[in-house]
Amino acid sequence: MITAAVQEREDYLNASHGLKSWLLTKDHKRIGLLYLATITLFFFLGGLFATVIRLELLTPGGGLVSSETYNKLFTMHGVTMIFFFLIPSIPAVFGNFFLPMMIGARDLAFPRINLLSWYLLVIGGLFALFAMLAGGVDTGWTFYTPYSTTYSNTWVIATALGIFVAGFSSILTGLNFIVTVHRMRAPGMTWFRMPLFVWAHYATALIQVLGTPVLAVTLVLVLCERVFHIGIFDPALGGDPILFQHLFWFYSHPAVYIMILPAMGVVSELISTFSRKAIFGYRVVAFSSVAIAVLGFLVWGHHMFVSGQSVFAGMAFSFLSYFVAIPSAIKVFNWTATLYKGSISYATPMLYAFGFIGLFTIGGLTGLFVAALGIDVHVTDTYFVVAHFHYIMVGGAIMAYLGGLHYWWPKMTGRLYPEGWAKLSALVIFLGFNLTFFPQFILGYLGMPRRYHTYPDEFQILHVLSTAGASVLAVGYAIPMIYFAWSLRYGKVAGANPWGASGLEWKTASPPPVHNFDKTPVVTHDAYDYSTVVGEAVEVG
Amino acid sequence: MASAMQVQFDTEAQQKDASTLGMWIFLITEVMFFGGMFTAYTVYRRAYSDAFAVASSSLNVTIGAINTAVLLVSSFTMVMAVRASQLGQRRTLILFLVLTLIFGGIFLGVKAYEWNEKFEQHHVPGPSFHLDGVPQQGHAQLFFSLYFAMTGLHAAHMVIGVGILSWLIWLARKGTFTAEYNTPVDIAGLYWHFVDIIWIFLFPLLYLIDRHLPK
Amino acid sequence: MGLLRLFPVQASTFAPDVDHLLYFLLAVAVFFSLAIFSAIFYFAIRYRRRSENELPRAIHGGMALEILWSVIPLGLTMVMFTWGASIYFNESRPPDNALDIYVVAKQWMWKLEHLGGQREINELHIPVGRAVRLTMTSEDAIHSFFVPAFRTKQDAVPGRYTTTWFTPTKAGKYHLFCAEYCGTNHSRMGGWVYVMEPRDYEAWLSGGTSGGSLAENGQKLFDELACGNCHKPDGSGRCPSLTGLFGKTVQLAGGGAVQADEGYIRESILQPQAKIVAGYGPIMPTFQGLVTEEGVTQLIEYIKSLGPPPALQH
Repeated sequence: MITAAVQEREDYLNASHGLKSWLLTKDHKRIGLLYLATITLFFFLGGLFATVIRLELLTPGGGLVSSETYNKLFTMHGVTMIFFFLIPSIPAVFGNFFLPMMIGARDLAFPRINLLSWYLLVIGGLFALFAMLAGGVDTGWTFYTPYSTTYSNTWVIATALGIFVAGFSSILTGLNFIVTVHRMRAPGMTWFRMPLFVWAHYATALIQVLGTPVLAVTLVLVLCERVFHIGIFDPALGGDPILFQHLFWFYSHPAVYIMILPAMGVVSELISTFSRKAIFGYRVVAFSSVAIAVLGFLVWGHHMFVSGQSVFAGMAFSFLSYFVAIPSAIKVFNWTATLYKGSISYATPMLYAFGFIGLFTIGGLTGLFVAALGIDVHVTDTYFVVAHFHYIMVGGAIMAYLGGLHYWWPKMTGRLYPEGWAKLSALVIFLGFNLTFFPQFILGYLGMPRRYHTYPDEFQILHVLSTAGASVLAVGYAIPMIYFAWSLRYGKVAGANPWGASGLEWKTASPPPVHNFDKTPVVTHDAYDYSTVVGEAVEVG
Repeated sequence: MASAMQVQFDTEAQQKDASTLGMWIFLITEVMFFGGMFTAYTVYRRAYSDAFAVASSSLNVTIGAINTAVLLVSSFTMVMAVRASQLGQRRTLILFLVLTLIFGGIFLGVKAYEWNEKFEQHHVPGPSFHLDGVPQQGHAQLFFSLYFAMTGLHAAHMVIGVGILSWLIWLARKGTFTAEYNTPVDIAGLYWHFVDIIWIFLFPLLYLIDRHLPK
Repeated sequence: MGLLRLFPVQASTFAPDVDHLLYFLLAVAVFFSLAIFSAIFYFAIRYRRRSENELPRAIHGGMALEILWSVIPLGLTMVMFTWGASIYFNESRPPDNALDIYVVAKQWMWKLEHLGGQREINELHIPVGRAVRLTMTSEDAIHSFFVPAFRTKQDAVPGRYTTTWFTPTKAGKYHLFCAEYCGTNHSRMGGWVYVMEPRDYEAWLSGGTSGGSLAENGQKLFDELACGNCHKPDGSGRCPSLTGLFGKTVQLAGGGAVQADEGYIRESILQPQAKIVAGYGPIMPTFQGLVTEEGVTQLIEYIKSLGPPPALQH
């Protein structure tokens, strides 16, 4: 529980006390912190599963756990990390906390629905947790039929219900963000004066609102088949298992953009602040976010190149998949160009931003590999794909999340974290991450399939490297837990704008007052205008 | 009576605007939600058109038509309720909300009767499923799986709608709604119409396959 | 410790094609990674903050640059697409003279059957230099037939056939993996593909069969199930003649036409109402539950043997 802020001034943390004031809050800032606590717990749960997986894979024959247990571990790792950590993470923590502030609003459009969203995540999480404790689920996070509907005898129903409920958390958050951006902007805050973080969350919200319902109904069909034994996907009745894959991936591909677009939004903020320069190509970056959201709905079949879908479908999906790569590439180029003639600071958030660009670039470029039909036939369902998506989701999204956490920590808590330890952790995470996942590209191309409990001896050396990296990564994640907690009591008190950032959230106190602004701001300048921020400015460049 | 303008809004017009936009977006998510099942239905109907036609003809089209009419009338009474709330006519508002509720209840009751009929005829997917006139029982079972899933999902939405109407009636009796503040009635009306429209699609897709063809 | 392989051995005609595309992708990826990393590294050092009051001049953008770095990547990705698609297209077109092997996947083993009736479990013996076409299905969950050395992979799906093909180029022993998660022993559902010199392969073929080729067993099954009562060879029965059927284009009742390939015949046996031949009624009963997947492959090979083998278009 966060202790009272140091200042005697009233802020959102000390304005009211007691459990009820948190569990029944309508304040988007408190809800953001509720989410922070929840997803952190899920992150470490998912990380625990990953630890056992990597330990098991140290030896080719396994032996730490049985095959059944291993299959449950990778399933639950995926379910926890995707649905209960990554999808909520940046939007539910930083989006909730800062989106209203960035556009000069007092709260989101629907604060009670915001609180409901949190409860839905918790309830969904409890269902999934129950499934895990009662015996686990072993279908893979992808729930392919007919294994999940007919052959698995694990807790599929409870897990699917948990994901179903959590899905509505995501839908309502998206709905809230869309209405807020449309209707709650402060006077003068035009669309093209909004921070790119807001654009990114708007694009994300579009996906949440349009894609998640399809996952929900797909899970309903799987549940109906398991509970009532109706055979929607059962080949014996004429059902089509591949129909499940189409319905599943129709959401689950756009879902990965739910996970990365907010991260890109964070990175835009970090690059700008710590270069003290407006993002190069603001409008292009803004439109790229929306383009990624739209194009992301057209490429789901690239997960199904060897599923038995037609050659024509394969070609169409491969073609479109290359298009969705372009806006992402554009963003990377624009961020890099922003650094040119900037004033670069090496504060920890910036280190995470650099890490993001490096690792996301690698992950994104390997996306071009798997989008190529001829290559994907070989590498799909191998560790190559596992490495690809971990580069983007962990090397990308989680680094951006940590960057945002360090960046906004002073604003949220009124305290600074210790910069030395933070820089060290960032380095440890970066090194540990690469050691964990780079060998997996090689493993994959060599033919090591994914979701394998045992493997041929010749793959062992690469697995050992990967596990070594994972242990370093674990240390890297543990250290911030310690110093963030420490900083709440012993950290230096932060001022309103420790980074010299632009953006409305930095024009109010740290921590902010309950209603964010004492007076509704009137916006007269573009985003990323540092001339008003830097006192006694010395022009360079 | 003062409306409950929430603190995050600057004007009541902004609040009403936001609520309305929010409901429209929610309805779009509902379109995507039902859309998944409509997709599954479309795929299997194309693949197994004969079995689907036979299965569809086993449904009671008269009852289905009656239910369609009931829902259409309920949408009318809902519109009248919204109008009454805009004119500040409390008693009329309550009357039309109650009528809408009654029609919704009739729909659900008729649906329950239909489902019960299906149970008795062994048209419920499962081990005891059997439909005459279809060599491939599996395909007919697929039809009925989708029939129960889709009408069931729709019925669940109706039940929620009935709940919302009950809540509105309670609020209306307390005098919450005035000509200046009737947003909840307005957006509940949107929801109700949407659930009606879903049925307008379900009825022909499920009940009317090939009915135009001579036997 | 042994030599650490970075690439799997190339043992099929596809392997070098796929690897060459990989090298191209690697070159592009390395180039862009180095370019971006160097730029970031250079800018981060050259423009590092030297005093707290620095205020860089805003540079809002440049359309020329944006177009340049959109169009060039787009061009490169279109090359990648075309190259990858052409390999994929070839992988979907087995040559007519390919050696047919039937594969039935089940939890947790691969059952393979040669035309001559030779059965294998988790092993596949094939000759080097000859195209091999696998026609696959599953008895339960989805599995996937993956041979890294060949660079090929294809899911085996219950309820339908999928096909894949390859021409081995190098004798040897290569890993076979199941590559679609299918339950408890998914990681143990593997085996070996033995590519043999032609003479060794012939010797292996004659070495031991379990009696009867696929077509011969298919004829026995055909008679046992009394298919001939309706499917008379001269077409005088209530059902179409099967002579010369395989590979023909069949007109369907209600319009449309379909190629009579393995999948069509399998479907006709197990779900006969799905496609009715024009001019006939929906009177064929289903044999689901009465015929195993192996039985279906035997019947298919028997039907193929009726009448001259036509040129197959896939």
